[in-house]
Amino acid sequence: MTFLQILIDGFAISSLYALGAIGFTLIFGVSGVLNLSHGAIMVTAAVAAWAVAGNFDVGPYWGAAAGVLASVVMSFATYLLVVRPIQTSRRIAREEKEIFVLTATLLWGIMVQEAIAYFFTSNPKTVRPLVAGVINILGVRTPKQEIVTAVISLAVIGLLWLLINRTRTGKTLLAASINPRGLTLLGFELSTIYLYVWGLYGVMAGIAGVLLGSFLGVSSDNIGQLTASAFSIVVLGGLGSVGGSLVGALVVGYLETITAYLISPSIRTIPVLLLLVLVVYLRPQGLLGRR
Amino acid sequence: MSGNTKTFGLALIVVVALACLPFGVSGYVLGLLTLAYYFGVFAMSWDLLFGFAGEVNFGPSFLIGVGAYTAGLLNHYPHWPIWACVVTGAVASVIAGLMLAVPALRLRGPYFGLVTLVAVLLLQNLIVLYAGITGGEIGLDLPDVLSIDEANNYWIALCFMSVSGACLFGLSRSAVGLILQASGQDAVQAAALGFNVTKHKLAAFCVSALFSGLAGAMLIFYEGTASPGTVVDIAVGVQVIIAAVLGGRRTILGAALGAIFLIVAGEILRPLGQLSTFVVSAVALLVILFFPGGFLGLLSRSGRG
Repeated sequence: MTFLQILIDGFAISSLYALGAIGFTLIFGVSGVLNLSHGAIMVTAAVAAWAVAGNFDVGPYWGAAAGVLASVVMSFATYLLVVRPIQTSRRIAREEKEIFVLTATLLWGIMVQEAIAYFFTSNPKTVRPLVAGVINILGVRTPKQEIVTAVISLAVIGLLWLLINRTRTGKTLLAASINPRGLTLLGFELSTIYLYVWGLYGVMAGIAGVLLGSFLGVSSDNIGQLTASAFSIVVLGGLGSVGGSLVGALVVGYLETITAYLISPSIRTIPVLLLLVLVVYLRPQGLLGRR
Repeated sequence: MSGNTKTFGLALIVVVALACLPFGVSGYVLGLLTLAYYFGVFAMSWDLLFGFAGEVNFGPSFLIGVGAYTAGLLNHYPHWPIWACVVTGAVASVIAGLMLAVPALRLRGPYFGLVTLVAVLLLQNLIVLYAGITGGEIGLDLPDVLSIDEANNYWIALCFMSVSGACLFGLSRSAVGLILQASGQDAVQAAALGFNVTKHKLAAFCVSALFSGLAGAMLIFYEGTASPGTVVDIAVGVQVIIAAVLGGRRTILGAALGAIFLIVAGEILRPLGQLSTFVVSAVALLVILFFPGGFLGLLSRSGRG
């Protein structure tokens, strides 16, 4: 009974984590940016969905759409206002750009967090689920929303896989992650590719944020934790590896759920942290990463 | 060399001027500056590790927290005298620094950054989990304090910051500092030139941890309590990083300047309530985007031009 419960809950959590983390790893893989405002973008989506659905009486679907839209806007804002000025700045030495991007996106995330707390308070918000009700799976009462969450997350990940491996644009993205210089020599505009990737990232983070908001609820206080968990999953699986993020998300999701059910919810994140340290020491490239 | 002598002379004048403050300003301002000075030491220690050794340490509060909690627990339970607690705290912090140095020598940039972040989270979880011993989120009260007089506390902090600043600045301008800078920028080339990169990086970790631990331990004896919110939380580490970047990286003294600015600005903006953090972060972001050299970078540029 508990076993089945862990299996179902862990699966829903894992697929949600995977969706969030894959967006994060996509940006890193293609443009080399570790976006520390990731959690802020996810929470923006959830809060926008909550606010629109709650204030305008348009139903959960339009609310979710508004959330994803807000996330895309935030994603472009992050790229155009924060990341690109640093990447193109001539006053910052090349080898220092990475740390400047990290610090700047961190600050940007804090600004978004404070703005959300100011306008919408930091109270936890639960987005209205797309599908209400519960069903019974072999004796375990499961909210339908939990199944919807897992299905949508996996479907979006599947679409991304198709996009990257089966379309011309996707292959350009893949090429940009392997050899950006070579790509520019072939006549592709790198800045267009980056814009495209940030848009894609905005959609994924937005969907993940809205689903998270309806599944567990979000508060602006969760932003740091969300960024940290995406970062952990991605490093666990291997930076820049989409398949690795999937595995990382499964490991983190199940480890957290098992700890919460069998030991105590208060130490839910500790085994993950220890595992992370272990993996980073023994296999710095991550579980599926390349050197 | 004359540039360094000039900097020392200028710093001396500023310190003497600051030392006269208790005769003119209120205890409230003194208390604020006392806190800012300890933060200054945090930021300067971080700058040595990051600006010079090139190690992205996201968890300065791991080193600070280990020093602070070691000292705090020794004072709370066996009632050791303050000086013994502070010294032991600093030693514990150096050991913690060596623990961080081992992965740092094997891992690059973001990976090492994540390990330091995890170190902070683990320390914080440990403190909360053993709340019966450590006081948990509420904090650990200490039977002893440095001084109950505001002016004395202020002078102790100022003196501590000046001495630490002089040590760290001197170190950064010495041959060791140059080798550190070289190994931070290109470890392979530095090693090819015959410098022992490992030894120098280990030394940087030890020195940075020593001053972080000392400052953390002294800070809690100034406040009379140790809590995760003041010495361990990631937010504390973020503030230290912002301070160092804001003041100007690779300058050591700029870090102290940034820390004082950050603490004072946070206090001045307090009437804005929740928005004060927003404004401080926005200012820091603008400085990073438009003046990547920080405050000191701005000063030295206008001085030259």
